[in-house]
Amino acid sequence: MGRYVGTSVKRVEDPRFIQGKGRYVANIQFPDMVYVAIKRSPEAHARITRMDTSAAAAMDGVVAVFTGQDFKDGGCGSLPCGWLVPDTKVPDRPIVVTDRVCHVGDSVAVVAARTPYIAADAVEAIEVDYEPLPTVVDARGAMDDGAPLVHAEIEDNASYHWALGDQEACEKAFAEADEVVEIELVNQRLIPTAMEPRAAAAQWDAASEEMTVWTTSQNPHPIRLLLSAFTLGIPESKLRVISPDVGGGFGSKIFHYPEEVIVPWVARQVGRPARWVATRTESQMTDSQGRDHVTVARLAMTSDGTFTGLDVETWANQGAYLSTFAPLIPTALYITLLSGNYKMPGVFGKVHGTLTNTVPVDAYRGAGRPEAAYLVERLVDLAATRLGRDPLDLRRQNAIPKEDFPYQTPVAFLYDSGDYDRLMATAADRADYAGMRAAQAEARGEGKLRGVGVVCCIEASGPAPSAVAGSLGSAVGFWESGEIRVHPTGQVSVFTGSHSHGQGHETTLAQVAADELGVPIESVEVVHGDTGRINFGMGTYGSRSACVGGSALVRSAEKVRAKVLKLGAHLLEAAEEDVVYDREAGRVHVKGSPDRGKDFGELAFAAYTAHNMPEGMEPGLNVVSFYDPANFTFPASSHICEVDVCPDTWEVRILRYVAVDDVGKVINPMIVEGQIQGGVVQGVGQALTEIGSYSDDGQLLSGTLLEYAVPRADLLPGIEVDRIETPSPHNPLGVKGAGEMGTIAATPAVANAVLDALAPLGVSHIELPLTPERIWRAVQAAGNGA
Amino acid sequence: MFPSQFDYHRAASVAEAVELLSSLPDAKLVAGGHSLIPAMKLRAAQPAALVDIGRIPGLSGISADGDSLVIGALATHAAVADSAAVQGGCPMLAETAAAIGDIQVRNRGTIGGSLAHADPGADYPAAMLALGAEVTAVGAGGERTIAASDFFVDILTTALADNEVITSVRVPGAAGSAYLKHRHPASSYAVVGVAACVGMDGGNVASCSIGINGVTGKAVTADAAAAALCGGPASADRIAAAAAYVGEAFDEPLGDLYASGEFRAHLAGVYTKRALALAAERAG
Amino acid sequence: MRHRVCLSVNGKAEEFDVEPRLLLCHLLRAYVGLTGTNIGCDTSQCGSCTVLMDGKAVKSCTVLAVQADGCEVTTIEGLAGADGLHPVQQSFWDHHGLQCGFCTPGMIMTAVEILDRNPDAGDAEVRHGLEGNICRCTGYENIVKSIVAAGAGGTS
Repeated sequence: MGRYVGTSVKRVEDPRFIQGKGRYVANIQFPDMVYVAIKRSPEAHARITRMDTSAAAAMDGVVAVFTGQDFKDGGCGSLPCGWLVPDTKVPDRPIVVTDRVCHVGDSVAVVAARTPYIAADAVEAIEVDYEPLPTVVDARGAMDDGAPLVHAEIEDNASYHWALGDQEACEKAFAEADEVVEIELVNQRLIPTAMEPRAAAAQWDAASEEMTVWTTSQNPHPIRLLLSAFTLGIPESKLRVISPDVGGGFGSKIFHYPEEVIVPWVARQVGRPARWVATRTESQMTDSQGRDHVTVARLAMTSDGTFTGLDVETWANQGAYLSTFAPLIPTALYITLLSGNYKMPGVFGKVHGTLTNTVPVDAYRGAGRPEAAYLVERLVDLAATRLGRDPLDLRRQNAIPKEDFPYQTPVAFLYDSGDYDRLMATAADRADYAGMRAAQAEARGEGKLRGVGVVCCIEASGPAPSAVAGSLGSAVGFWESGEIRVHPTGQVSVFTGSHSHGQGHETTLAQVAADELGVPIESVEVVHGDTGRINFGMGTYGSRSACVGGSALVRSAEKVRAKVLKLGAHLLEAAEEDVVYDREAGRVHVKGSPDRGKDFGELAFAAYTAHNMPEGMEPGLNVVSFYDPANFTFPASSHICEVDVCPDTWEVRILRYVAVDDVGKVINPMIVEGQIQGGVVQGVGQALTEIGSYSDDGQLLSGTLLEYAVPRADLLPGIEVDRIETPSPHNPLGVKGAGEMGTIAATPAVANAVLDALAPLGVSHIELPLTPERIWRAVQAAGNGA
Repeated sequence: MFPSQFDYHRAASVAEAVELLSSLPDAKLVAGGHSLIPAMKLRAAQPAALVDIGRIPGLSGISADGDSLVIGALATHAAVADSAAVQGGCPMLAETAAAIGDIQVRNRGTIGGSLAHADPGADYPAAMLALGAEVTAVGAGGERTIAASDFFVDILTTALADNEVITSVRVPGAAGSAYLKHRHPASSYAVVGVAACVGMDGGNVASCSIGINGVTGKAVTADAAAAALCGGPASADRIAAAAAYVGEAFDEPLGDLYASGEFRAHLAGVYTKRALALAAERAG
Repeated sequence: MRHRVCLSVNGKAEEFDVEPRLLLCHLLRAYVGLTGTNIGCDTSQCGSCTVLMDGKAVKSCTVLAVQADGCEVTTIEGLAGADGLHPVQQSFWDHHGLQCGFCTPGMIMTAVEILDRNPDAGDAEVRHGLEGNICRCTGYENIVKSIVAAGAGGTS
């Protein structure tokens, strides 16, 4: 490898952030700009019987007020769903509703005003009368007989049904099982809560008829495609979408949202630049939310603890409408992961995607994979308890051996590489697992509720081979583009279709390009997030940027090197086979004669002067590659968590958290560790504090940060991070995704630890989050405790 | 995020504040603003006018007066928490102030504002009740002193008249005192906060008082529990027996998404035990 | 009814004509053009908007501009001198104390006060001191590391 890949290069993007120079959408300000605010439904399901916007429109400083009908008449199309499994029933999702609201926060009317304060006044002055309709909020209850229908045309509120696996092998496994453990659990609704609330701004140039839209998106090109083809109707050639610095996404900023249509539409209508910035409360009730599964499952095994089958049925709450990729999450990113890290012949899962009067649900960090991992890892712990086995031993017994890779699971995926036994051994070693168990025995002797949780988890990252995605329901491909533009001076601009909203691509992709070309990292600039500068791209989610975006750059670099080599040979008057491209030095020279060579910069200049080119070679040094991945990559993790549960307040205190991950080759260890640490805390949040909760009538009970408990700095005492590396053969960098593994593993690690602590009290299951009261009630129900 | 419109008046004196409050319809006092401004940003509060008392001189001092502390209404939580006089004379009060919100909130929020707002999850009220504090307020009829036990009337409701301004709080010192809270993981308010004072005489508990916030609409005292501890040593058994009476203090426990009333009552018992034990230990 | 507000922002005296309802964070962002002070919530929880007001960390979303009249306000843009970085800024860079950067200005401003109160603040004290600041990216691990290192590294 070269100089940079594998080292903790300090982030090149940091100086602007630490000095308050981040370029977030909310910072965009133009003279004469109008501020857009949106009237939101306070009802979860209701018919609008009257709306009066006259008082709002008459207010001093109000520029315009628009209703749903205005958007419809003005040519705005409904929001499409970009992933449809067979027979998906898709409810219409207007930009702004006209007659009926389907969840709290649904858009009802739009105001443009001279200041955001006046816009807020005007929103308040819009009068709306609602005739409440019956509501349904529960993922499984939505399909009950007689449940209110969210959309009259969609029977049973079932948007789709999907199944995958070897049902025959599964049935056989259970018929022949020595032992079966069962569970019914809820994977609770989460609210992603990226710290930057969503925002959009737009500027219409009436002369050129060009629209520029700034949006807090993880993927500006797909947003431009959807705006152009479905919702806004401006040709792509006249539409520029920019995602500048984006303050976290975690999946919630993948999707095409109404406001991305509203703001440019309003800007064009009023002939002035426009901007909308969500308040936090608005974000919590309109950003697509995560998880929300109800699952019934059972695991079959032999008496010696060999897993033989897993049977899963899940009801996945999709909310009131299908968000952009909603059906993907509980199908091809969930059922496919149910084999976990284990050899299990009979895996079968089915899922029902249901519609409810709640905010739409789509990808949230991990997206389907955390739901699978939590389910599988809880079942494995139940199995260990049933068999009287140590949970780590049982996992190691069933882990797919390293010599079995590539490993074909019964649920479609072909795992690339891994060494799960070594992974678990490393975690056990790092945590001193044996010592932890001994300390636990001692603590229990003193009356303490000490628990140790261990997990081994799998992830599918780096989506996805486009043909596979297409066969599973995607409307788009999941390749990535990477352009390397070498300037005449030898400076390099890298244009990636990936988008960084915290991941540090300006650093890691520069590391890759610098090493591939053999140039100093200082001479590489990474450009992302602007359809006006990058030809196309699919964006960042599913931990794909290094795997797919990085690989696209490798392909481009190979082509740059080939051209530079050929040019170098020509200028050195040597045969091509007699020169080498020295990637350490960034130089082409004659084999065996390092002095007889030309530097990268000289050759770049020569490519542009074009005074002396080889026969048939075009001038310039600019290469674009579109890389379609060979397969997903499969990171894995083994995390160990040690907790104490307070026996009277029932608070959980994390004593230690050890995370050992295998994310393949690592480009920047510092950044990867940061991703793991951040991911872990989000996973711990799901385990201990976070829940997006709705009342039966569809009111969001955790709609502000006064109720929704995002982890604070003192939730964990620290995270000990370590890793092993099994390179992925599925991409030229050997990398696997690093963005989501922490989140996937942490939720079951903490849950297993807490339930291990409570085992002496006879508690075997508590729904998440494991708040003191939930633990208290479970202990009481088990007939113990105060 | 955008408060509705209001008129703003900065009072130069308490008398002017009282006058403004008396004459302006639907006016509210603001000092640090850390109870009122959040409500205004959500438009849950839309006063027609604000009377800012934040610059009135002489209202932010903290001083010892005999065994008592006199704390100006404008003393910030940070000032109370950091005050050597408070830490020495009444450690529980410093502990309470330090438990409020976060660094930024403590730098702006004031004791007078917190008491006047009377949030069920606020931290000060339990301490005021346990310590037997007195609130001094000035209104159109002049100055009066209100005992903490009379001050908290109901949820977000105090004995203050609409045009009364808190000027100071007199807090009797208590070495044997402690405040412990179960912090809400999102809001940082007290799910339950227990303030306990214990006075010892020759190895026996001679006096005891307990204030509890978070459980009910207003902070309450747990008199039965306090009485049960008196007259004997502050042993773990006697503390546990006394804490068992805490439930009697609660008429209608409040619940939210995080903790039901029933669980809050349970926590109150646990925290009462802990606070009593710590207070007794400090009483020596 | 509008009010004159005079305040010093990053050492420069400024005068504004504002509605009393204008929040300090909006004054800084929209009137002064200092957009480094981010707004992450509307309930005074997240701390993204933290600035120093007369040297103390405050949430600028919970201060009316009229209340800041006469005060000295320091934002992230004014923390360092004309050249270079404040030691806390430098430490966040050195220790990967940020990812998306949105909470970072508020984290840094709060960190300045934490270290002002105790330059030797350790891990637990820093974690406690950050109770009014939310980060969704880093898991806080490297933020804590950055602050502890900045203190031990000699900000005083």
